[in-house]
Amino acid sequence: MVLTPVQTMIMIAAIAFGTMLTRFAPFILFPEKKQPPKVILYLGSVIPCAMMGLLVVYCFRNVSFLSGTHGLPEALAVLFIIVLHQWKHHTLLSIGGGTLLYMVLVQFVF
Amino acid sequence: MVFFMDKGDQGVMGQNIGQKQQNDTPQHNQNDTPQSNQNGTGWGSKSLPALHAAFPHTVPVLTGFMALGIAYGVLMQAKGYGVLWAVLMSAIAFCGSMQYVAITLLTTVFDPVQAFLLSIMVNARHLFYGLSMLEKYRGVGKIKGMLIFMLCDETFSISYAVEPPEGVERKYFYFWISLLDYGYWVSATLIGGVLGNFLPINTEGLDFVLTALFVVLFLEQWKVKENRAAGVIGMACAVISLIVFGSENLVIPAMILIMVTLLCGGKTGLLPGLRENGQKNGRSVSKE
Repeated sequence: MVLTPVQTMIMIAAIAFGTMLTRFAPFILFPEKKQPPKVILYLGSVIPCAMMGLLVVYCFRNVSFLSGTHGLPEALAVLFIIVLHQWKHHTLLSIGGGTLLYMVLVQFVF
Repeated sequence: MVFFMDKGDQGVMGQNIGQKQQNDTPQHNQNDTPQSNQNGTGWGSKSLPALHAAFPHTVPVLTGFMALGIAYGVLMQAKGYGVLWAVLMSAIAFCGSMQYVAITLLTTVFDPVQAFLLSIMVNARHLFYGLSMLEKYRGVGKIKGMLIFMLCDETFSISYAVEPPEGVERKYFYFWISLLDYGYWVSATLIGGVLGNFLPINTEGLDFVLTALFVVLFLEQWKVKENRAAGVIGMACAVISLIVFGSENLVIPAMILIMVTLLCGGKTGLLPGLRENGQKNGRSVSKE
């Protein structure tokens, strides 16, 4: 522990404050009582799908395709998830199966 | 983020076992929150079916948060911050990736302003989650503050993509998804801080479960044709931003790029929504 307890508490508070600002800001800017502008409602309806796309890419941000395993375990696992999901349409099965395959690949194969 | 559970400072472990008693409550709280009583009799009878419906959707989060949360507790321990500090950080700040970043901040010179600014930047994506949930969280009443407080990537993805089954009230469904995910993270931190070093299993790769969750939710969104354009835009903008700005700084440029593209797309009518009716929901899935 480098910081003192008081300093650590202040750090936790600062980080929490920054995080909560990002979570609460939209709800404070557009409170329930007044109807948000059309453009905000539009963004609210298309952003989620875009953010899912961003999150998927974000998860692979540290995968190097030029060195190491060339992102092969990740690619195989995702491919497996897609096939499994098309086949069985079962969310938990797809997630569990993909994760299991990935763990086997990184622990035993690559 | 892949961490091994078998490394760490065994010496520090013993000192903190005594604190376990005081902190060993997050799981129990879930069935007995103050909210259970606030809204009168409705909560008991309406909230349990919602818990039943919500829990299966959170199982991947349980798995992923256990892996990452335990690793976080272990890592904090190794840096000399006992289980109490790790749990406090998880419970108050509740911001997965930023908490990992914060480990570095806790082990250098005291600089809360930098920590504050960095946490805004790392968590900027929450702004978009809030915008997306404005309509869904409308009228949920007293729990709204709690829902916003607990709105992380995983809770947002599930709450947005999954429709509560018939007979389950929306707000209770959101409440349980949020609280379960939050509870998993705090409990995992606690477990990691207390006995993480003794866990014998090799969990390498287990955190892939969260990646898998996002991939599957993306596939679910993909089933609805109107969602596809936005999904591709999101991916493309993220990839461009990754190439240009690198893996550590990709989120904010990607968000700006996404917003500009979506606004232009809306104006030209390529994307559904803006012209006909702003309230249109891009929502898709209900689990069959």
